[in-house]
Amino acid sequence: MASDQATLDGSLSSTDFQNSANAFAQKWNEFNSGFPEWSWIDCSSRLGFHRVTEGYLSLQHVFFPRSIEEEHDEGNSNDHQEPFDTATLVQSNNDSNDGDWYDFHVVYSSSYRVPVLYFHAQTSDGQPLNVGEIEKNLPTKSSDVLMDSKWTFITQQEHPYLNRPWYMLHPCGTSEWMKLLLADHNSTDRYLVSWFTVVGQVFGLKLPLEMLKS
Amino acid sequence: MQGGEKEAQRYVWDGAIPLQVHLHDSEVTTLPPPPPALILAPRIGYLPLLSSQLKPFFSGALPPGVDTIWFEYKGLPLKWYIPTGVLFDLLCAEPERPWNLTVHFRGYPGNILIPCDGEDSVKWSYINSLKEAAYIIHGSSKNVMNMSQPDQVELWRSVMNGKLDTYNRISSKLKLGIIEDDFSEKVNPSLKAPHTVNETEATTTLKTSRIPVRLYLCNTNQDFENLETVPPFETWDQISYINRPVEINKEGKYFTLYDAVKSILPEFFHPADEEEGKDGVIKLVRIQGIEPKMEIPFSWVVNNLMNPDYFLHICVYINAGRPMGT
Repeated sequence: MASDQATLDGSLSSTDFQNSANAFAQKWNEFNSGFPEWSWIDCSSRLGFHRVTEGYLSLQHVFFPRSIEEEHDEGNSNDHQEPFDTATLVQSNNDSNDGDWYDFHVVYSSSYRVPVLYFHAQTSDGQPLNVGEIEKNLPTKSSDVLMDSKWTFITQQEHPYLNRPWYMLHPCGTSEWMKLLLADHNSTDRYLVSWFTVVGQVFGLKLPLEMLKS
Repeated sequence: MQGGEKEAQRYVWDGAIPLQVHLHDSEVTTLPPPPPALILAPRIGYLPLLSSQLKPFFSGALPPGVDTIWFEYKGLPLKWYIPTGVLFDLLCAEPERPWNLTVHFRGYPGNILIPCDGEDSVKWSYINSLKEAAYIIHGSSKNVMNMSQPDQVELWRSVMNGKLDTYNRISSKLKLGIIEDDFSEKVNPSLKAPHTVNETEATTTLKTSRIPVRLYLCNTNQDFENLETVPPFETWDQISYINRPVEINKEGKYFTLYDAVKSILPEFFHPADEEEGKDGVIKLVRIQGIEPKMEIPFSWVVNNLMNPDYFLHICVYINAGRPMGT
């Protein structure tokens, strides 16, 4: 079922994406209870006919408290060689107004043949955030990287399924670093887990240790 | 390169849509209101680039405030990052000449359109698109990312000003020659180098090319005999956008436009009406304002009708019998 392609060039097919996305969501929901759940949004009928590979992975209503830099930096560098801890840095908390709400979507790009992270952020009263405000929610190190790194380059692009502007992390470097991450594993099932260890860090989102075990 | 090939590319580059641009009523502060502006918009260009002509024309009538230009057609805000010619092909099933657009300088619909801060935004959108095309073709964007600053500026200016010769000179450095043109080879077999034993062996191994294609799918949701009866689009949700490369397996088989569209939309092609092409669900396939014959070699279509971002933009009208997204 899993192809070797991921190990060769760091990319994956749309079918493998869907399989890997489902495996990721299942594990996340199993080991990360208490946190909002990832779910597969089925768009198989969007073209007026059935097409199974149409869809994306979605995580809605993640709460980011304002000025949480100290918490984010707590004893962890952004170097992804380091082992992850199981701490989740952001909590769902409906009571607080002092923070912002994020939706994350993982959409497959047929051009780059990799997953792409799209996100949308708004304040508690529904106002969309601009890049400057988003940066304030990110771990300090991410916002530094944001300034000069290619793969974390944040732009507003049209969401391929929603037809509206969303922010996204530019995918043009993804296959390169995925190639390195996947060097020791040849299963596309684990592709999204590996991918998220890097991309999630931009937002200080960490995976529970159990998810990283094969 | 064949002379005929250059000619087709030049037609595309010289192509323009005559626009009649009206300032939106809510932004008119003068009496009488300003007359509409008549301008030619290059097919390969982008609407915000018309700002330098339109702004002086309407500035006297505008209320005080900060200008951010955007356009609408029959109430639909126009996506500025889609080339003007593609917007026209897509939104005017029956070509309207001049094309009546409404221009706004206030009230940018940021919930529908990506923000546009003038020429710079358009340029980066173009470069990003070029990067994406390069990635599709080569599996890497580095040829575009490593382009020298002067080359990048000159390339962009050539697109903006429709300077095809400059464009061809600079873009050839990117080595994005997409596919060999089977068509020219067939017409002029002497162009093809004689086969050696090794070459013959090489061609039998499977070679896949990926071609950057952006396909816009309009479901008219009703059978239409006449393009004039197609109602205007009210929202972008009525148009599905499919950004998916066409993969060509080079097995010596002649790959046509029909094969390409079929590879993106296989659901619309049934073995029964294989010969009929678009007599089924597909009502219209339009590229650069023309309806090419479906049996044209795809290589010719790509090499001649692609936009300067190396994407082939294809507009497809279908009648799938029911609304999309249901």
